[in-house]
Amino acid sequence: MTAPAQFPAPAPFGGGPQQPQYTSQFAPSFGSQLPVEPTTLGQAVRSEWTKIRTVRSTVWTLSVMLVLVIGINLLVIVPINDDNDPTVPVLAPGLFGLLLGQLAVITLGVLVITSEYGTGMIRTTLTACPKRSRVLTAKAIVFFLLSFVTTTVACTMTALISWSVLSGKTPGGYDLHGDHPGVVIKDGVTSASGTEWLGATIGVGLYVALLGLLALAVGTLLRHSAGAVSAMLGVVLLPLLVAIFLPSGLDTAREKLVKYSAPNSLASLYHFPMIGDGDQNGVPQLIALAVVTAVLLGAAYAALTTRDV
Amino acid sequence: MIELQGLTKRYGDKTAVDNLTFTVRPGVVTGFLGPNGAGKSTTMRMMLGLDNPTAGNVRIDGKHYAQLSEPLKYIGALLDAKAIHGGRTAYNHLLCLAQSNRIPRHRVDEVLDTVGLTAVAKKRSKGFSLGMGQRLGIAGALLGDPEILMFDEPVNGLDPEGIHWIRNLMKGLAAQGRTVFVSSHLMSEMALTAEHLIVIGRGRLMADTSMAEFIEKNSRSYVRIRTPQPERLKDVLTAAGFTPVTTSDGTFEIQDGDAAQLGELAAQHQLVLHELSPQRASLEEAFMQLTAESVEYHAGGVAPPPGIDGGAAGMPQAAGQQAPQQQWGAQWRDSGTGKGK
Repeated sequence: MTAPAQFPAPAPFGGGPQQPQYTSQFAPSFGSQLPVEPTTLGQAVRSEWTKIRTVRSTVWTLSVMLVLVIGINLLVIVPINDDNDPTVPVLAPGLFGLLLGQLAVITLGVLVITSEYGTGMIRTTLTACPKRSRVLTAKAIVFFLLSFVTTTVACTMTALISWSVLSGKTPGGYDLHGDHPGVVIKDGVTSASGTEWLGATIGVGLYVALLGLLALAVGTLLRHSAGAVSAMLGVVLLPLLVAIFLPSGLDTAREKLVKYSAPNSLASLYHFPMIGDGDQNGVPQLIALAVVTAVLLGAAYAALTTRDV
Repeated sequence: MIELQGLTKRYGDKTAVDNLTFTVRPGVVTGFLGPNGAGKSTTMRMMLGLDNPTAGNVRIDGKHYAQLSEPLKYIGALLDAKAIHGGRTAYNHLLCLAQSNRIPRHRVDEVLDTVGLTAVAKKRSKGFSLGMGQRLGIAGALLGDPEILMFDEPVNGLDPEGIHWIRNLMKGLAAQGRTVFVSSHLMSEMALTAEHLIVIGRGRLMADTSMAEFIEKNSRSYVRIRTPQPERLKDVLTAAGFTPVTTSDGTFEIQDGDAAQLGELAAQHQLVLHELSPQRASLEEAFMQLTAESVEYHAGGVAPPPGIDGGAAGMPQAAGQQAPQQQWGAQWRDSGTGKGK
């Protein structure tokens, strides 16, 4: 076990005199048998991938999301089909499951970091990788990709189910162009436009994954699972609730609150907004969420790198 | 080699670690001793870059912890027992650590074998006992085959077999030329494992010596005498220039004399002695003396009587064997029935 020391001789620091070498019968040199190289983000990402796939909370939250999104889509599509009511855009039934499913993704986003604070694992993590911003970057990359892919897959499935049931119907007697801009009638039957397909799959996947990333940032700032989940529930639900109770003099504020609330943002991505005229595609809301997430992630980086663990 | 230079940590106006300067040298087990709340864990967290020092710095082989490129290959640390996500299996816990430092996968199996957890490698660590959790923590510390090992209170809550295992492990690691730095609040534990000793109290450095030197300097020796004629003996001793101290159980302690000399003196004056024994105060007592003023949270109550160090001697002879046990049992039964019904 007497490998040549791979560590550079320690320089006396502080300008002070070198401490007298402790005399020992053992050679005071031991080098790890493992070669040392500079670490990269790649290792941190691999480590975080192992972490996220080896805890039950990941499997649970994502399974719950899949069950909610697809299950509720199947439930709501039956009455919509029976009514033969083409006021709902063909792909929009996916929205109702996603309104609940997004909460599961938010929970996972929070848990990715707060479970480490709760168990003390964060100390082990930051001892293994003292570059803290790299740890957060790796967590963000792994979580964002996982939640984006899972949500997009789930929403693509609901979009396909909705399409197979609701497309190709002949609308009867509705003034579709006035009140229901999201409903597309092509060759006399119900259909969906390209941007609707994009919004109902990648669009909502991106929105929910961004919400999850926001949850990760909030979890990093609050370091507490229940606190961070509650805060994120507030982010998702409060704008709509506040809008209801705003006095009538603040109509513009109310409209903005409703427009940029998470439920309406998702609805807009399905071209099925709660308020407003014209064909809304949800892109402004997506950009707004990306900006908010970027700001809070910045705050999370600042907090994580300066705070004591 | 770990070097601390003027390391200080303040929380508000409370100083947890106060200007610590010392060096942890390779090839020996260095004990880091202090009462609860002395700042041991805070110091160790600062060494690992987890807490930011208010002043001063820590260098590991001349570098700050954050500058180490693959830190697990330099330092392995066991922090407080469960810095582990309980929902992950032992194997996966070690695997994610290994991946973050480019440590080959076979090392995971090796360290699991070293700490004797191979059989439960695929079990979630949530169900682990304290001892198994401690072993998993140690496996994580050994993963990178590091030059420096730090253990924070490793024997806390372990059974005798586990304590024995950790002692031998630390000695073995030091014998390979590694730097081993271990904290404890138990002097007796340190006396068995550490060669070098760093004592802190209230965040301040109280001692930085070899263990042998510490024992030599701090252990008080005295002679204990028991006699049925205490008044006469006291007069005789005082007349001969000794300063006998009477303890609570009626024996004398004489610090400045040796047993032979005192025995001859008693014989000259025809005094009956029931006991004449040279005593050496325990290391635990020496440690408590050293840190007495610095203990942060005193137990609210009376100070122990001066004669308590001599083992069972402090116990009143007549009632000693039965009375405490009876009280104990009675109390337990009373409270038990009181709560149950």
